[in-house]
Amino acid sequence: MAEETGTIETRALVHRYEVGEEERVTALAGVDVKVSRGEFLAIIGPNGSGKSTLAKHLNVLLLPDSGDVFVFGMNTREGKYIWDIRRSAGMVFQNPDNQIVATVVEEDVAFGPENLGVPPAEIRSRVDESLDSVGMLPLRRRAPHLLSGGQKQRVAIAGVLAMRPKCIILDEPTAMLDPRGREEVMRTVLELNRKHGITIVYITHYMDEALYADRVMVMDAGKVIMQGTPKEVFKNKDKLQSLGLDVPPLGKLSGMLAGAGYGVAPDALSVQELVEELCRLKSGT
Amino acid sequence: MPIEVRDLTHIYNKGSASESVALSGVSLRIEDGEFVGLIGPTGSGKSTLIQHLNGLLKPTSGHVLVDGRDIWEKGGSLRWLRQKVGLVFQYAEQQVFEETVRQDIAFGPRNLGLSEREVEARVKAAAAMVGLPADLLQRSPFELSGGQLRRVAIAGVVSMQPQVLVLDEPAAGLDPKGRDEVLSHVQDMHESGMTVILVSHNMEDVARLCERLLVLNQGQIVANGTPREVFSRADFISEVGLRAPDVVALMEKLRERGWPVRTDVVSVEEAFAEIARELGQAKGARASP
Repeated sequence: MAEETGTIETRALVHRYEVGEEERVTALAGVDVKVSRGEFLAIIGPNGSGKSTLAKHLNVLLLPDSGDVFVFGMNTREGKYIWDIRRSAGMVFQNPDNQIVATVVEEDVAFGPENLGVPPAEIRSRVDESLDSVGMLPLRRRAPHLLSGGQKQRVAIAGVLAMRPKCIILDEPTAMLDPRGREEVMRTVLELNRKHGITIVYITHYMDEALYADRVMVMDAGKVIMQGTPKEVFKNKDKLQSLGLDVPPLGKLSGMLAGAGYGVAPDALSVQELVEELCRLKSGT
Repeated sequence: MPIEVRDLTHIYNKGSASESVALSGVSLRIEDGEFVGLIGPTGSGKSTLIQHLNGLLKPTSGHVLVDGRDIWEKGGSLRWLRQKVGLVFQYAEQQVFEETVRQDIAFGPRNLGLSEREVEARVKAAAAMVGLPADLLQRSPFELSGGQLRRVAIAGVVSMQPQVLVLDEPAAGLDPKGRDEVLSHVQDMHESGMTVILVSHNMEDVARLCERLLVLNQGQIVANGTPREVFSRADFISEVGLRAPDVVALMEKLRERGWPVRTDVVSVEEAFAEIARELGQAKGARASP
């Protein structure tokens, strides 16, 4: 299987947290996930469903209680791989203020490669390239605290990019951002995926962000309970709602129109799609 | 107990190299029982503004009047104000610290020197208002879900029985169910007569819930109107770094394609009604000879 090394894979992954002396809570109850190279995978699920725990396993911030995690063929249990894994699968967290360490944007981005012992000339080119990819090159000498939330998150992404990862894992990167910041981050992530072929694992509570993914995976109580294209997943409105999730507003609207017998495809999820669908219906063709 | 802000300017670190103007000449009035949404991009001055409403920040110039009274006029204690205007911060659950949910909600009322009976009555009422079942009261806050914990924090403010409740992103970081739970209880409190000021980045939420929106940009109020009025100006909305709800974008596109539909819709239900009417007519027209 040639694809074997090109994937991130978990096999029967179990993780339990200790809460108190005796008590343990199962956060992941046997999770099998396979992410193909170049894929954009979105993970949704209610609070406490295990999404963040799963993400931490992909970055060796946690180790399995049982089962295995392979990142590009490397088992996270083998200590010698830890830095190779973190370099090839970088992680971006929710709060940009907790991830930025330097006092100048470009120094922050250089932090990772410097620690890897990359030669200075190479660091320079990596930093410029990474900042350029996230559209932050013009602000490279700015102090991070003067940036907006969206800009800070893009600097955090550039910091990961400077490590030349094959995959980026983002854990609710837009939860603390305003609408423009959300859009900036989403656009950046999409470009990295489409243009540079970087594999994306994207955890979110925003259903409309999951629409951009190749595949949406739904987690509940430590298990993967549903997955498919955004269309396939968001068709299951009742099921999602019973989990405490939602469908994006336009998915709700197309569902209502379909339910009322107007012949609208119930899975039209974007403005463009729904406009085309409605115009087609109205003209009776 | 109306709130009035007159020509409010706030400058952080005035006179130093890092001086920055957070609010510049803001005036507004909020009437009793209103549900007002405060929206604007990060750094537009929303948090600075709401911290003036209960005296956590003092204006650099201008006035804040609560119930017709300038809150800084005589100096002295602002205790009366903090009871009347309750402020729920972002990620408020980080401030939950007591051993049980009951203790945490009781903290404020107990500091008022109320009798234990009165404290208990307030705790129960506040818990009910945010939809926390009574059997959670003796639990440790750390056994609760994110949505429940957020509601404990809100109950801690509600137990002071404020007449005005100001909430800064009360649903941020919660999953859709947690968000609905929190917001539907905020809605209930408004319906019971409380004045509510909601700061949010979620345009769908403010469109659905608020009666009036104030839009802040670069320290100034740049729009003031019903969600319908504010979001119908889609160009303006994106200019200030916000985004109109998806249903508004949809209706605008349909109009461009010749549909005679309203573009000032604020909910999925309204969009449905508009589209259904048009599709119904098209169908009818084809059916008749």
